[in-house]
Amino acid sequence: MTISKTLLLVIVLAPLFGAVLAGLFGRQIGRVGAHTVTIGGVALSCALSFVVLYQLVWGGAATFNENVYTWFEIGRYSAHVGFLIDKLTAMMMVVVTFVSLLVHLYTIGYMHEDDGYQRFFSYISLFTFSMLMLVMGNNFLQLFFGWEAVGLVSYLLIGFWFKRPTAIFANMKAFLVNRVGDFGFLLGIAGVLLWFGGSLDYATVFAYAQDPSNEMGARTVELIAGHPWHVATIVGICLFIGAMGKSAQVPLHIWLPDSMEGPTPISALIHAATMVTAGIFMVARMSPIFELSDTALSFILIIGATGALFTGLIGVVQNDIKRVVAYSTLSQLGYMTVALGASAYAAGVFHLMTHAFFKALLFLGAGSVIIAMHHEQDMRHMGGLRKYMPITWITMWIGSLALAGAPGFAGFFSKDAIIEAVGESHRFGSGYAYACVLIGVFVTALYTFRSLYMTFHGKERFVVDAHDAHGHGHDDAHHDDHGHHEPGHLAHAPHESPWVVTVPLMLLAIPSIVIGFLTIGPMLFGSYFDGVIFVREANDVLGELGRNFHGAGGMILHGLQTAPFWLALAGFAVATYIWLFNPSIAAWFAKTFRPLQTLLMNKYYADDVSQAVFSKGGIALGRGLWKAGDVAVIDGAIVNGSAGLVARLAGAVRRLQSGYLYHYAFAMILGLILLLGGLWWGVTRMAA
Amino acid sequence: MADWPLLSVLIWLPLLGALAVLALGRNPGTARWLTLGIAIATFVASIPLYTGYDAAAGGMQFIESHAWIDALKVYYGLGVDGIAVALIVLTTFTSVLVIIGSWGSIDERVSQYMAAMLALEGMLIGVFAATDALLFYVFFEAMLIPMFIIIGIWGGPRRVYATLKFFIYTFLGSIFMLVGLIYLHMKTGEFSLAAFASAGLNSTEQAWLFFAFLIAFAIKVPMWPVHTWLPDAHVEAPTGGSVILAAIMLKVGGYGFIRFSLPITPDASQEYAWVVIAMSLVAVVYIGYVALVQDDMKKLIAYSSIAHMAFVTLGIFIALALVRDHQNPDAARLGLQGAMVQMISHGFVSGAMFSCIGVLYDRLHTRMIRDYGGVANVMPWYAAFFVLFAMANCGLPGTSGFVGEFMVILAAFQDNFWIAAVAGFTLIIGAAYTLWLVKRVIFGEITNPKVAELTDLNAREWIVLGAFAAAVLLVGIYPKPLTDLMETSVQQIVGRLLLAKV
Repeated sequence: MTISKTLLLVIVLAPLFGAVLAGLFGRQIGRVGAHTVTIGGVALSCALSFVVLYQLVWGGAATFNENVYTWFEIGRYSAHVGFLIDKLTAMMMVVVTFVSLLVHLYTIGYMHEDDGYQRFFSYISLFTFSMLMLVMGNNFLQLFFGWEAVGLVSYLLIGFWFKRPTAIFANMKAFLVNRVGDFGFLLGIAGVLLWFGGSLDYATVFAYAQDPSNEMGARTVELIAGHPWHVATIVGICLFIGAMGKSAQVPLHIWLPDSMEGPTPISALIHAATMVTAGIFMVARMSPIFELSDTALSFILIIGATGALFTGLIGVVQNDIKRVVAYSTLSQLGYMTVALGASAYAAGVFHLMTHAFFKALLFLGAGSVIIAMHHEQDMRHMGGLRKYMPITWITMWIGSLALAGAPGFAGFFSKDAIIEAVGESHRFGSGYAYACVLIGVFVTALYTFRSLYMTFHGKERFVVDAHDAHGHGHDDAHHDDHGHHEPGHLAHAPHESPWVVTVPLMLLAIPSIVIGFLTIGPMLFGSYFDGVIFVREANDVLGELGRNFHGAGGMILHGLQTAPFWLALAGFAVATYIWLFNPSIAAWFAKTFRPLQTLLMNKYYADDVSQAVFSKGGIALGRGLWKAGDVAVIDGAIVNGSAGLVARLAGAVRRLQSGYLYHYAFAMILGLILLLGGLWWGVTRMAA
Repeated sequence: MADWPLLSVLIWLPLLGALAVLALGRNPGTARWLTLGIAIATFVASIPLYTGYDAAAGGMQFIESHAWIDALKVYYGLGVDGIAVALIVLTTFTSVLVIIGSWGSIDERVSQYMAAMLALEGMLIGVFAATDALLFYVFFEAMLIPMFIIIGIWGGPRRVYATLKFFIYTFLGSIFMLVGLIYLHMKTGEFSLAAFASAGLNSTEQAWLFFAFLIAFAIKVPMWPVHTWLPDAHVEAPTGGSVILAAIMLKVGGYGFIRFSLPITPDASQEYAWVVIAMSLVAVVYIGYVALVQDDMKKLIAYSSIAHMAFVTLGIFIALALVRDHQNPDAARLGLQGAMVQMISHGFVSGAMFSCIGVLYDRLHTRMIRDYGGVANVMPWYAAFFVLFAMANCGLPGTSGFVGEFMVILAAFQDNFWIAAVAGFTLIIGAAYTLWLVKRVIFGEITNPKVAELTDLNAREWIVLGAFAAAVLLVGIYPKPLTDLMETSVQQIVGRLLLAKV
């Protein structure tokens, strides 16, 4: 069985087709037309992605690696557009199109009263196209295309409500911070071209990296004279800087929480399930390069661990329901990165997959709550919602259990695998990383259940204004945030969301429960990633773990005896006690540890520092260069200065002027002759 | 077809057309339609140039040569290689759009404006097609006159200052080139560029000539630090003038480096490549920051043009460094191709950006960023185009803006990591000034009541922006036809650099 190129082209182009139709002809085809063509396109992609996965996994199809067309060909350098479809790609394709399809469906409910309905569908379909290009590419050029294209769509979607000042600030910030990452990424790609065999093609580059005769692990270059660095380290770190931007790793994480300004469906699709995991995918894909440099992997390990713990802590003090999930995403991305840094690429990708399902579920659930609360996002004005919206409540519980790593749920398998892999690793920084991810388990449980309790349990902290009979429809407040109501006052009682919202929740709840159990065997300890992800024998922590792996059921039993389980349980217990039974403890804690509270509320001042240094500093520098360089020196002193000098000279010489035109003409000619003659004399003398 | 003097047709059709417009265009409507007809005819005539050029063979084709001034052995010599073909088609394409774009914005002395535009087009084609240095020089200087007139008559309030600055700056530069050309004529007895290239100059001669050419072309490009005429000229120029200036006239500088500096002074160009590379890198960073703080949209885009043109000069001279220090002709070709693609792309993107600003200026008669905000609310199609071109300006893959920068950065990395790193900084600063502009003009709530009354694009503006958008996307998605057109020509240029060693 072979994978057909036509099939792959349809998978990629169907969402693009929908996006173009909905985007350019949105007015003509109307709302129903727009969501029909886009959902149709994505559904087709999704179905065919499953076919591809089937062909690869069960049909015994060989890896597909072919170019579609040549982008440029200059000397021995060439760039193409083409596809590499192996099991990693197929898994990503299924995750991307499946989540995307559900989000499309959900959008019908979430955006149904928004003026930009067609535009929104166009954007999310365009996103699906871009993300597929990213994961399906067989070369670095196409990777970079997809990388930037998803960044563009993310920009457009964060700023979807472009009248909101906060939204258009957030989208610009997201793009620029990502561009810092892309800067490193592009240099990394250039390094690959220079040092890894003169090609941008994955297969060629990876073969070159793995060929022992090239000794790529030992090759060094002196970027600063006298300091030989390994080329693999330079390339690895540069590429990873790209991942730091896209996958929101410390310190380039600051854009992700602000991206919550975008509508909730895209928070689920782009800023949780798919786009932000592109960095993880990329590093896993590049494993033959990263395996060459322990330094680069240590760097990844430490950056990831820092994010895993410290961004999770911020989540504990957030009151906005979406922001809690956003910080949770940052923390989970840290976990995935830690796995990469420990050479447990498969574990990172595995967590990427499970996380895509349960985090999309949590975001869409949060969106369902937001609809019910008439676009109130502050959990301090929620509480007791479980009886109004049971489906949302139960599915959110499932998502939370998966996130916190309750034994048997999807997140349990992936997170435990990461923690154990780090424990096995002896790489520099692995001790620190192990501590971070362990404490992180407690923190994860703490913020997850805190938010669950504040939203669905306890007393209702909102008031329904019964006299306000004519209501506001639930979406008219889209554009001006909290509408004309006081915070915590609702026009009518919250109610369960329509089926287009709840069905995606239920469909995501299923994999959030079972996907880990079903797939951990083949993906982490089986042969699923053979020939796709490359790990040096000395680094093979998953292989080490695999020796003690006796099925998913055994792993659950084993999990009950390990520290992560007890830490998660402790987090759950503390959260339950504080936010369900005794909320005054939280207040007491905040007061007693005021500096810590302030530090967390201000997000370690990372935003303030970047704002002061890079934004304000950049503008000040620009103004300085402009006023001092262009205006004062170049124009003021030199250009107009010489003009002024001529004018003054002319003023002095004015007495000589006779008023006769031919005198002037004569003087001009004389001057020109002198000038040219002088130069002429200089040139010929030098030449001779 | 082969017997037609196609290049002469391309040059003289608009030049004589300009006279016809002056003579017959007393009625503005007649003048416009006549001009458009001539511009379209010129564009159509340039298509056989592209289809008929044998890219695989490379070299000069469509050659014409007639004695012009016998005593000095000056020839009316024309011919094009792949690079010139690309630039000529860019010229004829953009000229049509400029004429359409100026339709409603110019209502005084219409026939004279249109005639100036056509004359400019003819002279630009002449510059790109000339194989005789004196003919090149004549076109090079002559095209200042229509531009001088366009800015001086239809320009903004400070147009006199701007035109003088523009004229004196560029004229000053070309004087040095003229001296160089006269010297070369003394040496070889003729003015043909081919003869100049095989003049056998020693290194001192080359150095002098190199700097003479550098001054002329650096001002034209313009490169930091001789760039300050450009923002003033753009700000005062009418939209059509800005588009031609940014999209095509600046390219004459980059073309000059390729046509003069590289073949005539190859050793000096290699020797002093670092000077040009350093100036280009300063431009990327310094000009990027300066662009960030501009309050005037046109000035911002003008500065952005300087920063983008820095990639052209970087690409050209990194190619020299690659040939000399690394014996890597393939990477050199990558750099040179990148420079060329960047020129073509910048033609589309800057032309489109200035056209976009013109659309707003026609409606509100202000270019100040603070007078706008929330334009997307009332002009959604305009906003879509603006964001697309802004993204091309940031070098987003899929748009033409990415291709050239990508190639130049890849090539630069092959020479030196740090050069590539500084050049790559454009990814950040370029996005910063462009997106901040978008945020303040396009997005947000409407604060100025006049913005609330704006109407979206009319059909004429749609054609202009749509055509630019198509070009931007086409080159971005499939650049191979463009690079293939120039591939052999670039290879031949690099091949000569390999031979050059005094």
